[in-house]
Amino acid sequence: MISIDNKLYIRDIDTYIDPFFPVERAIITHGHADHARAGHKHVLCTPETSDIMKIRYGENCASSFQTIKYGHSVKIGKISVTLYPAAHILGSAQVLLETEKHRIVVTGDYKTILDRHLDPFEVVPCDLLITEATFGLPIFKFNKPEMEIERLLDNISKNRENTFLIGAYSLGKAQRIIWLLREAGFSDDIFVHGSMDKLCDFYQSKGIRLGTLRKATLDNRKDFKGKIIVAPPSALKDRWSRRFENITRCYASGWMQVKQRAKQSQIEIPLVISDHSDWNELTNTIKQTGAEKVWITHGREDALKYWCEKNGIQAEPLSLQHRDETGEL
Amino acid sequence: MKAFSNLLSDLILTSSRNRKLSLLEQYFSSTPDPDRGYALAALTGSLNFKNIKSSFFKDLIKEKQDEHLFDLSYDYVGDLAETISLLWDQEKGGNMPKLSSLFENLKKAKTNELKNHIINILNISTADQRWAFIKLFTGGLRIGVSSRLVKQALANYGNVDLEEIEKIWHGLRLPYINLFSWLENKSSKPKISIYDIFHPMMLAHPLVVEKDLVAANPKDFVAEYKWDGIRVQIVSHGEGCRLYSRTGDEVSKSFPEIIKTIQGNFVLDGELLAGINNNPKTFNDLQQRLNKKAPSEKFIEKNPCFIKVYDVLFFNGNDLRDKTLIERKKVLNSYFSTNRSPMFLSETIEFKDWRFLDKIRDISNKQIHEGVMIKSVFSPYIAGRPRGKWFKWKRNPKNVDAIIMYAQRGHGKRSSFYSDYTFGVFNKEKELVPIGKAYSGFTDEELNRLDKFVRSKTINRFGPVREVEKTLVVEIAFDEMSLSNRHKSGIALRFPRFKRIRWDKPTNEVETLDQIRKNFLE
Repeated sequence: MISIDNKLYIRDIDTYIDPFFPVERAIITHGHADHARAGHKHVLCTPETSDIMKIRYGENCASSFQTIKYGHSVKIGKISVTLYPAAHILGSAQVLLETEKHRIVVTGDYKTILDRHLDPFEVVPCDLLITEATFGLPIFKFNKPEMEIERLLDNISKNRENTFLIGAYSLGKAQRIIWLLREAGFSDDIFVHGSMDKLCDFYQSKGIRLGTLRKATLDNRKDFKGKIIVAPPSALKDRWSRRFENITRCYASGWMQVKQRAKQSQIEIPLVISDHSDWNELTNTIKQTGAEKVWITHGREDALKYWCEKNGIQAEPLSLQHRDETGEL
Repeated sequence: MKAFSNLLSDLILTSSRNRKLSLLEQYFSSTPDPDRGYALAALTGSLNFKNIKSSFFKDLIKEKQDEHLFDLSYDYVGDLAETISLLWDQEKGGNMPKLSSLFENLKKAKTNELKNHIINILNISTADQRWAFIKLFTGGLRIGVSSRLVKQALANYGNVDLEEIEKIWHGLRLPYINLFSWLENKSSKPKISIYDIFHPMMLAHPLVVEKDLVAANPKDFVAEYKWDGIRVQIVSHGEGCRLYSRTGDEVSKSFPEIIKTIQGNFVLDGELLAGINNNPKTFNDLQQRLNKKAPSEKFIEKNPCFIKVYDVLFFNGNDLRDKTLIERKKVLNSYFSTNRSPMFLSETIEFKDWRFLDKIRDISNKQIHEGVMIKSVFSPYIAGRPRGKWFKWKRNPKNVDAIIMYAQRGHGKRSSFYSDYTFGVFNKEKELVPIGKAYSGFTDEELNRLDKFVRSKTINRFGPVREVEKTLVVEIAFDEMSLSNRHKSGIALRFPRFKRIRWDKPTNEVETLDQIRKNFLE
């Protein structure tokens, strides 16, 4: 048996997965701030995640990086570690920990629906599945993102006087939205908040076409009518947004499924586009892995735990404290 | 139904008035009869349906979804219609019926068919459609759209005055074919009996002493008290009586005992007040009645109301609106020479000079009137707010110092600013208790500074609300203070607004709750 504890520490090989504090050895599932931190000694992750960490935290954010591609393994002591696509953001991975007798999968954040700009999610059979549950309530059932983008474009075509400010997290969501817009045939320049242009460049360098992006600075002010500006959600209601006139606020997130939430945040066009699994994806994945035991790292764990137990699967919430509960990641 | 549910989804998420208007206009222009008429009725709250209780939908979903998972979901979403609409699985195929046929079919359905009928509809609809459907049939859309706004959208759509629509509104019937046809210039304005409708009221300008009084001869004016109740129009004819509020909303149902008693052929203008035998009580007392849509007999007995009448528009079939005020008052005087309880003639104030009126205006402790009205004796009854005819001369506002406690973001162009403030004073226990909320009275420049203050002095967050350091004193102007057991402070302010921001004033110089109550309530 591989011994792993509720802080995702693997005793046998003295390694943590996505630790919140600096450690000797860490496996990082993906580059979001609540999973990837600076200051570890040895980091094991995908090449993309390593690039992203260096862009965000600097070249020296860890003493050393060891990278492996999807489907490849490294052996640490008795345990073989393999990374599989999690389809959450570029480079995001599930971690398979494996001995001859025991398999553990840590999903990290993931979604299973096909998202053509990322490697498709793979179901990895295991004994213990350690899963997220950000959208672990049966009310979360996401439509195809293309439908959401279509609704947005329709709205833009009818309201050419307005400026469309889309809240989307700087890493992953922003690029996905821009990519979806391009796929839908939107060829106009897109303006981006200063916090995301490096990450957009990185996505472009990996062959993900985002088209012409411009910085949303005041010099371009007169150009904003009928345009799309992508900014992190925190900038949406902050002073930064005052520089634009006649704003229509949009927000791309699974949370936008709930109208009352959108209304509370004064969002006029909610785009229900999530990089996490919805209820059906979560429960289907649990079934397909054949896991006998499920640990739930973070999210709305009550409902998922209840569902597991009803289906004869042992389930335990870990309530990892530092995970982002606002869902902005 | 598809278009209607899209409209509702868009409306609930729109805070800008102009955008709401244009959404409504777009809908009316792109939706055929009779559907748009049904939507119009739904939006103005005049679509009558034997209310399906929300527990009906709750039971339905519990047959389909695990009860515990439903509870967890409902707890999270907080809105029943939305929870059910999201939990219900859509079955493929089928076309959502039109709003009009949906409504008519459900109206016709027998009680034992109703359930299957509704399940069928929920099965073929999308989440947004289910949400709109459940909202529609459990009463109360609550999407932040008033009937007046909807009528304004109609006015914009037909390029006519809102007043013109208000004039005929109460004579129109579902599905409003004649209304839309008139708005689209395909037929003439619908003809409506004067007794079927609300007649837009004549309104007063606030008096500006230097401008309005200097050259004015007191002899040319009539003065009355400005009663602190709600303005009503009394429309009575052979078939009964209706009461309308200032905005043209019918309020008859809340005052059954009044409309039952009134008889005659006239349209009168007056003030509805709490009290009995022409002795008005405070606005706060009236509020009790206004809160009840369908009061019980017992409640009515405990909280009686009456009307003080000050003008007449039609009398026994004659249109008096073009007559002068003096002539209209004559008609009223003669009508009220006999007892017309629960209606009474609103008394005029004898006065020789403006100074006398000025004094009357400020005798305020009774809380029954808000000041005086001054009306030109020559004024015809003109809908709207004509210049130089009627003036309201309100009591001077009262002021109180208070400490800013919480702040919330505003809406529309203020949505990035903390512009809604809760303020309070200290009680006996030295505890700061809120006494009101204000969001006006400051300049843009002051708002900028207030916003900065809130952002830098936040000590706590509760959802959208920020609690701030209790260091900033503001001088608040308000019209009236009354006792209230809804608030911890025990008092409520009417129309509070910022008068000055006292960046300089220390909080220990702010008067306590006890002192304030002494000043204003005793």
